Amino acid sequence: MWTDNTMTFSPALEEKFARLLTIYPKGRQRSALVPMLLYAQDEIGHVSNELIEELARRVGVQPMQVDEVIGYYSMLHRKPLGKYHIQVCTNICCMLVGGQELYDHASAALGIGNKQVTPDGLFSLEEVECMGACSWAPAIQINYDFHHHVTPERLDQLIADVRAAQGGKQTQ
Amino acid sequence: MPLYNEPSPLEVKVISQRFSLAHSANIETYLATDGYVAIKKALQMTPEQIIDEMKASNLRGRGGAGFPTGMKWSFVPRNTDKPRYIICNSDESEPGTCKDRLLMEYDPHQLIEGMMIAGWTVGSNKGYIFIRGEYRYLIDIVDKAIAEAYAEGYLGENILGSGWSFDLYTHTGAGAYECGEESALLESIEGKRGIPRLKPPFPAVVGAWQSPTLLNNCETFATVPAIFRMGGAQYAELGTPKNGGTRLFCISGHVNKPGVYELPLGFNLLRMINEVCGGIPNGKKLKGVIPGGSSSPVLKAEECDTPMDFDSMAKLKSMAGSGGVVILDETTNIVQLAMRTMKFYQHESCGWCIPCREGTTWLRKILTRFYEGGGRQEDIVLIDDLAKSMFGRTFCALGDAAAMPTMAFIDKFRGEFETYLKASQPTEPSPELAII
Repeated sequence: MWTDNTMTFSPALEEKFARLLTIYPKGRQRSALVPMLLYAQDEIGHVSNELIEELARRVGVQPMQVDEVIGYYSMLHRKPLGKYHIQVCTNICCMLVGGQELYDHASAALGIGNKQVTPDGLFSLEEVECMGACSWAPAIQINYDFHHHVTPERLDQLIADVRAAQGGKQTQ
Repeated sequence: MPLYNEPSPLEVKVISQRFSLAHSANIETYLATDGYVAIKKALQMTPEQIIDEMKASNLRGRGGAGFPTGMKWSFVPRNTDKPRYIICNSDESEPGTCKDRLLMEYDPHQLIEGMMIAGWTVGSNKGYIFIRGEYRYLIDIVDKAIAEAYAEGYLGENILGSGWSFDLYTHTGAGAYECGEESALLESIEGKRGIPRLKPPFPAVVGAWQSPTLLNNCETFATVPAIFRMGGAQYAELGTPKNGGTRLFCISGHVNKPGVYELPLGFNLLRMINEVCGGIPNGKKLKGVIPGGSSSPVLKAEECDTPMDFDSMAKLKSMAGSGGVVILDETTNIVQLAMRTMKFYQHESCGWCIPCREGTTWLRKILTRFYEGGGRQEDIVLIDDLAKSMFGRTFCALGDAAAMPTMAFIDKFRGEFETYLKASQPTEPSPELAII
């Protein structure tokens, strides 16, 4: 059986959800499911069991139906990602100009493999398919931010920048 | 906003004309540069007149199939009580393609106006822009533009005193190439797995929420305002017969100046490489070109002195597809390219139909083994046979999209597979292969 409503989201996300439930035709609230899953994941880090039950209730389907949907979409994650999710494209346009080497470099630099998280939870790594940056390859996304023409050196710098910013926060 | 790549003087800018303007995404910029002029014209026209104008433009769908847009618009029944929907396919995911991103980033109002004209034509009051999940920043840009359009009276109730109302929303995907297939996109927008639907009925008749739905690619909609500003016939003249206008070519791979360039249909491919993109780096020779996204069959270097339009590509048994032009220099490893292409299609196959699910999986395994040095003489024939067995037998076009490039790699570069095989030094099989 469903649990009681235990999840609360930020006011901004609640507002977004409320709007999403109105933009599709009457009785078709299920249409809001994929956007709600992605936006909720952005806020809480991954798709938890609680989130599945919560959204199932909100759009009026069974939790299993939500789970079925999640399994289809590559951006929906059932396990927590790192705070900074580094996605390296190795599809053909990136591959032709060093995308595979860039992925291997990222893996070595972070000490983790595909879809793994660093022990401190700061980074996760994913080898992804084409992200729509083919003419400015090789490309990566860190969370939702695009970086184009990325060299291994540039990637090292991006990682170092995150670590430095993180270190700064901890000492404050 | 700075451009991603320098423009070329050879470009003919129709739909990218505002890209280099300051604040190009703002409605003030749009209104100052002939924005929302086309919808005013269209509102004075009947649906039949609009569809005739669209047919005269010879605009063909920019998503990949190249279907005549005017004809597609005419398929949507207008004498029905059912609501009709306009859906923009901005699920841009075909490897090699990165143009819809620019259209939404630099000129979202052009897209909105194109969708409005489509909405007015088929009597629709609601539209949705389906944007791939990876393009999160574009949702904010397009939402802002939509809000501006409402504020200025271009969206909402009684638009420009016409008595017609039109609402527009964005809808995010969450990572799935297959959702670019129009019926899979409809499943996705209904909150389900993006599994394609049986056709017919086509979406024009039974689409989103069981209602007639007009679905076009983002670039297709974005081209509509220009057609009504300049006239369909004049737009058509920019291109070649039956291939009207210009399109955004996304050029990637081995060229000195890769980028997205707006060029007339029929522009010569070699000129594209040498004059628009500054040639191949380090004086290397051309090996081939993938002319329309990763699903289009590769062209050999000697086939590349060709106009780039839908019909010329069909004559070469390839496709103009989504406009993703991938340039391959002489050092390109075709075996690796074939393997990586198949890895993609296997990853993206929805698994619904068996020929695609099994075909892409086995092709990936065999191509991976071959690439990793464990190739056997019979593999070359086997790869070709498997691809041919899959071709035309899958539920949707994804299976064909995987089969076509594979057959072309084998057909046109068989010698490279032979040479690769001879040089192969078997290594440890990858973990994935241990299970076969």
